[in-house]
Amino acid sequence: VIVITTKEVQKMMSTDPKMKLEVKMKLDVVCIPEDTDMGTADALRHIQQKIKTDILVMSCDLITDAALHEVVDLFRAHNSTLAMMMSKAHEFTETVPGQKGKKKTAEQRDFVGVDESGKRLLFMANEADLEEGLSIRKSIMRKHPRMHIKTGLVDAHLYCLKKSVVDFLAENKSISSIRGELVPYLVRKQFSKAANSQTTKDEADEQSQKHKDGNVNLDLHILSRDEPLLQLAQDYSCWNDHRGDMSDAYHGGTLRCYVHIMEQGLCYRVNTLAAYIEANRLAPKLFEEPAVHPSAVVSERCLIGSDSIIGAGGQIAEKTSIKRSTIGNSVTVKEKVKVTNSIVMHGVTIEEGCNIQGSVICSNAVIGRGADLKYCLVGNGQRIEPEAERTNEVIVGSDQLMEI
Amino acid sequence: MADSGVTDGAERKEDITRVKNEGKELSKEEKQRLRKEKKSQKKNKEKKDEQDALASEREKNCAPSTLSQPAAHKEPAASPPVQAAVSEPPAPAAGAPPADKPAKSKAELKAERRARQETERASKPGKKGDPGPQSTAGKPKAPPSELQPVVKRLPEHVQVDNPEVLKKLAKKLERQQIPLRSDYGYKVSLFSHLHQYSRKAPLTQQLSIPSTVIHPVIVRLGLQYSQGIVAGSNARSVALLHAFKQVIRDYVTPPNEELSRDMVNKLKPYISFLNQCRPLSASMGNAIKYIKKEISNIPSQCKEEEAKTKLQACIDRYIREKIVLAAKAISKYAIEKISDGDVILVYGCSSLVNHILCEASEKRRKFRVIVVDSRPRLEGREALRRLVKHGISCTYVLISALSYVLPEVSKVFLGAHALLANGYVMSRVGTSQIALVAKAFNVPVLVCCETYKFCERVQTDSFVSNELDDPDDLMVTRKGKTQLEGWQQVSQLGLLNLVYDVTPPDFVDLVITDLGMIPCTSVPVVLRVKNVDQ
Repeated sequence: VIVITTKEVQKMMSTDPKMKLEVKMKLDVVCIPEDTDMGTADALRHIQQKIKTDILVMSCDLITDAALHEVVDLFRAHNSTLAMMMSKAHEFTETVPGQKGKKKTAEQRDFVGVDESGKRLLFMANEADLEEGLSIRKSIMRKHPRMHIKTGLVDAHLYCLKKSVVDFLAENKSISSIRGELVPYLVRKQFSKAANSQTTKDEADEQSQKHKDGNVNLDLHILSRDEPLLQLAQDYSCWNDHRGDMSDAYHGGTLRCYVHIMEQGLCYRVNTLAAYIEANRLAPKLFEEPAVHPSAVVSERCLIGSDSIIGAGGQIAEKTSIKRSTIGNSVTVKEKVKVTNSIVMHGVTIEEGCNIQGSVICSNAVIGRGADLKYCLVGNGQRIEPEAERTNEVIVGSDQLMEI
Repeated sequence: MADSGVTDGAERKEDITRVKNEGKELSKEEKQRLRKEKKSQKKNKEKKDEQDALASEREKNCAPSTLSQPAAHKEPAASPPVQAAVSEPPAPAAGAPPADKPAKSKAELKAERRARQETERASKPGKKGDPGPQSTAGKPKAPPSELQPVVKRLPEHVQVDNPEVLKKLAKKLERQQIPLRSDYGYKVSLFSHLHQYSRKAPLTQQLSIPSTVIHPVIVRLGLQYSQGIVAGSNARSVALLHAFKQVIRDYVTPPNEELSRDMVNKLKPYISFLNQCRPLSASMGNAIKYIKKEISNIPSQCKEEEAKTKLQACIDRYIREKIVLAAKAISKYAIEKISDGDVILVYGCSSLVNHILCEASEKRRKFRVIVVDSRPRLEGREALRRLVKHGISCTYVLISALSYVLPEVSKVFLGAHALLANGYVMSRVGTSQIALVAKAFNVPVLVCCETYKFCERVQTDSFVSNELDDPDDLMVTRKGKTQLEGWQQVSQLGLLNLVYDVTPPDFVDLVITDLGMIPCTSVPVVLRVKNVDQ
């Protein structure tokens, strides 16, 4: 298992005791310098030497209970170039601290086109890329007359890729993001003229000319892997993936992209604050370990709801009430504190009489006595003065940049 | 084990003197004595019961015949009944010395005899090729000795309703670190001895990603088999050999091991895995036998790279000779039988028959084809597509319209999954019906089959060894309604989705193989010739 991350995160990982005990995989951490703005595809290119077989790429901010074999089976069974996972998007109901006004989500819609069975990926584009409107090539319509276009899907950023794609990336340095560029490119390439032996009429895709060099390379990579014996087996086999027209299985194409759309189960990409908060709410249901860590010192007269998590080494004093919250490790909570709907990270000290609602308090912060925080975002190591009353604010130091 | 052997020899001398007196009772007495011996030894020794029973079973087998048969794994199935028989003789007989036989009462003797009969009855279907009941003492059978040099057969008898066999299978899979696939749904009682899996519960669910125990190519192949993406006897064999080529390519001999022995051991778990995904076909079995033989024939001084390239060349040659060139030869013979103006009936999608018809149309023969299809697979649609693509004019009917269509038909071409040693043709379910009705209409039935699909198995009905497909395939949705949706809740309802059936040789007029056109009854001759060659 190869983990690509920055040096800071690697340091944090090596000091975290939980990582050492609970993570059973053998991790090979590769650091990339922090200043460079590396996209996901660039990161793959960086470790190209280490990759010797087909790979499964996932981002570390994915929380899901999906059965991975469904995605990988699509990849294996159809000998596809790409298999990915998507799930139905949820509306986030929690109020996000520090945000003023609603965010427009309409621009970030993804249009995903799948065939009748719901497995083969025919079309993928982001609304931002489509200026004039949605245009679909005739070649796609001819081969797959029934296509379902879905917009309410969220990409889980879990991809199964063939090794030839990684080799292609190594040669084609213009692609920098898997999600944004590589996947739409591969989906388009399924039906392009070069990959198929059939002639197609409509080729109004200027981008294919730009990638002409890429075309040649990708063709070399893809066509060489369809060995003659495999082709023979496919010819002998009495199976076809579609019926109704006169063409062979997969329409004779060698490049195939598949998607597994999760109907049930949870799938969160916690790269936005809203998603992070939502995931934390559901965290107690995910873990089998008890909500209150055994090493936490919890006094008797405090009310801790069943949907809260208290981390290791926490000290909760009397008469505190903790509801629907996640408290991290080594947190000190003094008396008469009310914590509701919040996330309190490691090493935070909350003095007496505080009232914290709907907030996110980052590591090593100190909340002074009697403070009243509603829907606030408190940065790392900040100090909130006693008797402060903040609502819907982002409290960060001047040297820190916080992205919401 | 050594002890019982010694006492065995001593007892045999005593028995020989009693031969004239007691005739048939002889071997049974011997068995009685053996059992008593064993009982007394059990009390002294502290070994497990099973081992003794096994040992004694093996000894009993070895005793009458001089052959040392490999203990088939059917024997443990016989051992529990033996155990029951052993525990039956009452306690006083246990401690008694072997010569104290007359002290037993008649009732006890009767009980023992009944138990022995049960044992023999239970062990008979399990032991094929074994010397059979002990009464045929000392006669080494000719077929076993002839089959001895041939590589051991793959087990054909699936006994899912026998918990002992299932336990053994589970243990074997656990040893090889392969997950066990569980059966699904209610099985019709006549076929309860076969496995029935659901396509929605693939074996890969229980495998880790990436699979460390099984080569990824094999996992992919198993998945393709279980989902039906690679279907058809030839396709499965070719895909299997391709996968083995890749396995051989990636194989590295561990230190202190010999390639010829270790590679065969490596292949065993893969074969069990593929068997779990979908039961192996006869053609696949023959291909595996061939590969194992080739691997074990590699000289030990051969270097690894050389050995690997040699094996890959062997595989290529096998495919070229047995499949591709055989298809060419068969189509050459078959085209002689196709005349202008013929109406040819085909069933389902057989790669060989399609190949013959396409070649015939290229040779400018004028004929038309009637494609007969059947649910739930509806493979005929694929055959129809391929034939029409070649420009052959076709008609498409379902099997229920067979007798309506047959008066116009001049010949029937059938493909085969395997040809059995007694001349029966094993093919897709429905083939025997076609042959039967064609015989009634006096239409010649020609079966096309390559010789590598000939199999030494003998079967006269479709029950004893078959394959059960996913019963949910029988559900069909018309106008939004699926009538059989809740079939599992109805207690009296069972869905049966058979895959194969056997056609008797009286319905088949000719078998076209790459060796020529032979009658169905000559199949055992071909098999014998093949064995002698090897």
